[in-house]
Amino acid sequence: MKAAAHAETGEALKDRVLEILSHVPDPEIPCVSVVDLGIVRDVREDALVITPTYSGCPATLAIASAIRSALDRAGLGRLRIETVLSPAWTTDWISEEGREKLRAYGIAPPPHGAARYSLRDAPAACPRCGSPHTEEISRFGSTPCKSLNRCLACGEPFDRFKCH
Amino acid sequence: MKPLVEYALRLGDDGLVLGQQLSEWCGHSPMLEIDLALANIGLDLIGQSSHFLKLAGDTEGEGRDADVLAFHRDVLDFRNALLVEQPNGDFAQTIARQFLFSNWQELLMRELMRSHDATLSAIAGKAVKEVVYHARFANEWMVRLGDGTEESRNRIIAGLEWMWRFVDELFAVDATVEELIVRGVAVDPRLLRAEWDARIAQALAEATLEAPKPRRAASGGRSGHHSEHLGHLLTEMQFLPRAYPGVAW
Ligand SMILES: [Zn+2]
Repeated sequence: MKAAAHAETGEALKDRVLEILSHVPDPEIPCVSVVDLGIVRDVREDALVITPTYSGCPATLAIASAIRSALDRAGLGRLRIETVLSPAWTTDWISEEGREKLRAYGIAPPPHGAARYSLRDAPAACPRCGSPHTEEISRFGSTPCKSLNRCLACGEPFDRFKCH
Repeated sequence: MKPLVEYALRLGDDGLVLGQQLSEWCGHSPMLEIDLALANIGLDLIGQSSHFLKLAGDTEGEGRDADVLAFHRDVLDFRNALLVEQPNGDFAQTIARQFLFSNWQELLMRELMRSHDATLSAIAGKAVKEVVYHARFANEWMVRLGDGTEESRNRIIAGLEWMWRFVDELFAVDATVEELIVRGVAVDPRLLRAEWDARIAQALAEATLEAPKPRRAASGGRSGHHSEHLGHLLTEMQFLPRAYPGVAW
């Protein structure tokens, strides 16, 4: 497809779109952007390709409409938003920067992929005091992506991003 | 009807009906953690269902999307297994139903990831990661209730007794599925039975429970022959879009 005369192409377009999206927060965990979260799969001349986190994530629609507004504001109304399911998103798509932001926000980042399917995740490090002596209170927390945990050292309850 | 449409409807309706049932616990669960868990499991199932129903609608090619299929079909057109339409009952009955279903669904989704149909495989790839949590949650509660107090034990035994007759339908194959199995599209559920039996037996042993005695199996959901419960559920679930056609947020 021939790009419109004024439109940047290829890497330049990709960089600009990612810059714009790095200011679009996840509606449920606003400390991380949709780029940190790793749901942006591809930027093409005519479309932005994203992938949902969880099948039933209620934020999926909110995320798509926030991305739409951000693109429109930047004059990129020509980019359609496409959703793909495969390859399935996993928590390993969360960037290192995203993981740091989660920790600073008080959410223990997910363990890296080795634990996937195992469910016997090692205890999380407490995002407040760093202690490894923590326990899971409930595998289902305030949103579908988080479990509820407690630090046995400082006593604080905290959320943990589930390995997914 | 194309076999793939039929198959996708079955998968979608299982999740839709069970998800709707679980949502009824919201605000009524015995503990906050259970409230969150059941609502989250319901949400996962409804999310998976919307992908399966979209596939059914796209394959059918008559312009029906997931919402139309969910809200504008009548009882006889639903293809869910009878197990998922069984009433919530008390918490133990809900757990018994989840225990039997999630352990089956986990095995099913793992296999469905290898389907020759790319969309089915993609949906299953996402779903399997969610369902392992569901099965784990249900298994843990089986143990707590079975190996708990006399009261909890009696209730979970009663719940299992009620749900047990609906198990065989999950593993049944008819001409529609048979054709898709041959094409490598559908999972042959008969091949899942041994592993399912082993998982159930292990969890029951840990819960100090015995499997209910074999009984005459009830089936018919896959061909639209449902129990009375489904009609009541649909009345509740479909009321809004039927009373106000085209309504949007
Ligand atoms: Zn701590």
